[in-house]
Amino acid sequence: MTSSIANPLALIAELTHRCPLHCVYCSNPLELQARNLELSTDDWTRVFQEAAALGVLQADFTGGEPLTRPDILDLVRAARGAGLYVNLITSGLPLDESRLEGLVQAGLDHFQLSFQGAREETAQEISGTKAHAQKLRVLEWLRRHRLAVTLNFVIHRRNIEQLPEMLALAESSSATRVEFANVQYYGWAFANRDGLLPTREQLTQSIDFLKKAQERLAGKIKIEYVVPDYYAKYPKPCMGGWARKLMLITPSGEALPCHAAKVIPGLSFENVKNRALREIWEVSDAFQKFRGESWMQEPCKTCDRRSLDFGGCRCQAFLLASDATATDPVCSLAPQRPKVDAILNEINSVGAGLAPPAVDALTKPAWLYRPNPS
Amino acid sequence: MSIDLESRPRLAPGCRMNEKTQQPRTLLMPERALRLNGPSLEIVERCDGAHTVEQIITELQQLYSKAEPAKVEQDILGYLALLQKERALDFEP
Repeated sequence: MTSSIANPLALIAELTHRCPLHCVYCSNPLELQARNLELSTDDWTRVFQEAAALGVLQADFTGGEPLTRPDILDLVRAARGAGLYVNLITSGLPLDESRLEGLVQAGLDHFQLSFQGAREETAQEISGTKAHAQKLRVLEWLRRHRLAVTLNFVIHRRNIEQLPEMLALAESSSATRVEFANVQYYGWAFANRDGLLPTREQLTQSIDFLKKAQERLAGKIKIEYVVPDYYAKYPKPCMGGWARKLMLITPSGEALPCHAAKVIPGLSFENVKNRALREIWEVSDAFQKFRGESWMQEPCKTCDRRSLDFGGCRCQAFLLASDATATDPVCSLAPQRPKVDAILNEINSVGAGLAPPAVDALTKPAWLYRPNPS
Repeated sequence: MSIDLESRPRLAPGCRMNEKTQQPRTLLMPERALRLNGPSLEIVERCDGAHTVEQIITELQQLYSKAEPAKVEQDILGYLALLQKERALDFEP
């Protein structure tokens, strides 16, 4: 082995795009893949074995809702059997206590339960489904197992003021980690951005609250916080750099360097049914395209931070600057930063700092809900 | 967040070593993995809910008898604090 390309550390397995929820910020692409295109149990089993051989340590089972796969227990067993650490990222919806028992028996390492808010009405507005009560039931079942639990709260303008309630929910559960991840603006979230971006004042308050919570709960609950990068000074090192650490497999078997890569025109993606995972990682066009630094323009090309943030996110560069090789426009050094500032000015001039309006129905954003593919 | 020498650290739920056949030995945990070298491997292998912190220190001082004992103790407490911050340990009484 003389390959100079570092191996991926995690495999994001989008087992399905089917989901009982219709979240307005879903990270799935606008074009969802149908059930009849999904990889079989055998295909996935081979992918897990190839991934482990390639050096992958962890598999993230996600979707859609991964529990809609009737073979989910076999898939957990297969990934664990291949030597991978198995994370399940779920809404907790198609779950009952005996199925949870089955997941634990199959070797599940880490259960991540996603929440749309701390209250039923918020969760219902965001997911277009009644799901909150079931999540509370799942939390009760989880107490009875020695299983790592993370609560994932997706944060945005409509629920950011519920952070204290969300944290209280986490503290009353068996979770050892909580993620407060602000929505990132791709796919459905990009389409619904104007209703989701928090105001600067909301953001400042939330950071202050969470810093104190981190100190208070140190050693008990680990609190992770992701800010909306539109407000950042420098971009996020998206995916830890293009094709450096992570590989995503779609339900139908396409291998992508990130969730949103399909928005970039001109990229072609190989399918795990036709090509070995190692080859896809090391030599396929899509993975090579933005690997390293040769694709960079100024100011990235000569910037001291290029080995820290890798120029930010290629998909965001395309979405905001119509050029996937541009500096991520959220960067304060980016020529296209004024576009992001204009978006923020808009958000912060309309209703900034106001309490939620009393007549909700009149002011509720016109959400674009994510459908359930056939 | 101080560490009680009488307590018995054990890996928290969701934190485990990879298999003995897998190299390098790695501590797997939610959203993270820590590569373990000689001393860190010796420490993590003893976070089993049976050894007290004090016993871990004594055993490693014997194992690394050429090193300054106070330095060994300091390194172990530092490493356990790091794992605690990652929420990778439960401390049993």
